[in-house]
Amino acid sequence: MHLLFKLNMNDANATTENRSLWTTVQVRHSALERNKRCILAYLYNRMKKIKTLRWEFGAVLPPDIRELLSDDEYQWFSKYSGNLALYMRSLGQDIGYSGIDLTENLKPPKSLFIEVLCVVDYGKLELEDGDVVMLKKNSRHYLPTSECQTLIRQGILKQIM
Amino acid sequence: MESTEELQFSDDEEEVTAETVLKTLQSAWQNERLSPEILPHQNDMVECMLGQIQHMERNINKLSKTDLRTSIHKMEISRIKFIICNYLKTRLNKIEKYCIPILNQERQRIETDTNYLTPSEYKYAQEYVLNMENHMKNVVLNKMPGNMQVFEMNKMAEHPNLQTHVFLKANETINGVVLEDLTGEDEEIDLEEGSQHILQYKPIADLLKNGKVTLL
Repeated sequence: MHLLFKLNMNDANATTENRSLWTTVQVRHSALERNKRCILAYLYNRMKKIKTLRWEFGAVLPPDIRELLSDDEYQWFSKYSGNLALYMRSLGQDIGYSGIDLTENLKPPKSLFIEVLCVVDYGKLELEDGDVVMLKKNSRHYLPTSECQTLIRQGILKQIM
Repeated sequence: MESTEELQFSDDEEEVTAETVLKTLQSAWQNERLSPEILPHQNDMVECMLGQIQHMERNINKLSKTDLRTSIHKMEISRIKFIICNYLKTRLNKIEKYCIPILNQERQRIETDTNYLTPSEYKYAQEYVLNMENHMKNVVLNKMPGNMQVFEMNKMAEHPNLQTHVFLKANETINGVVLEDLTGEDEEIDLEEGSQHILQYKPIADLLKNGKVTLL
């Protein structure tokens, strides 16, 4: 783009004396503008995809995705994550709530308990009411939905239809 | 299965039941999901509902675990939580999509004190635009030749499409909704109470905000 620009500048200066080079200047300028728009559109779409990643994976990205992002994009991602966390914390602050996690509850709840199959060895899981469940590979459990949501998204549990 | 506890607000003189709050929240959620632009916020309803949920959770923990009522109440709580989360999420998505026009409109509206966004949403929107601008600048624009380095807000802005058609139901009789036709003729129609229509969004936008019309 710089090359095009330099050529354009030279011609622009030259046209003050000679009108015939006007069209080249215009054509090059529109080419420059088009390039700029294309680049910005590409970047914007990447941003959108990274945003969906944040909602799917949470604030920590798995390493194989992490290496696909450039450094700038990773910086943007961490800033976006921070912004989102700040907003979520500010929800309900007036009544003393510690904030709602908006990334949960992505689908309307169908039942209170769901049956899950453990895919990897996770170890002990403590439920809200104090029961401790041992999560070993290929073990089936009947657990409350709210507990399972995060684990399902991380890939540790798998829902059995 | 709605809980019928009665609340007393210290600033309002009237008693507002939890049921009415839930109903308003539900219709607000429905409207927000179906309308193309962002609507005025219902933060008071959201906060009230959150307080209610806290209250209910405390009550449930007192009951024994195997009681039938606990499971029913838990279902209800998770349903209400879902509605709230989804409502806030749709608003966030709309903010992110149309951030630049929304910020411009909000700046005008702050003077007249008719905000569409809550203060935290406004902060979020500003941070988001700033973030995007910096990102674009660092990655691309600083490496471009001189007169191209400007991040043109107006060109980057995406405006909500107000011409989309929506299903609506009129809550009261409304006289004289002016519809603009492509040929330049204006047609004026009356909406009767309880009637359902398919219209373009633009003529009924104000009616939706006043609560006279609900989207289906």
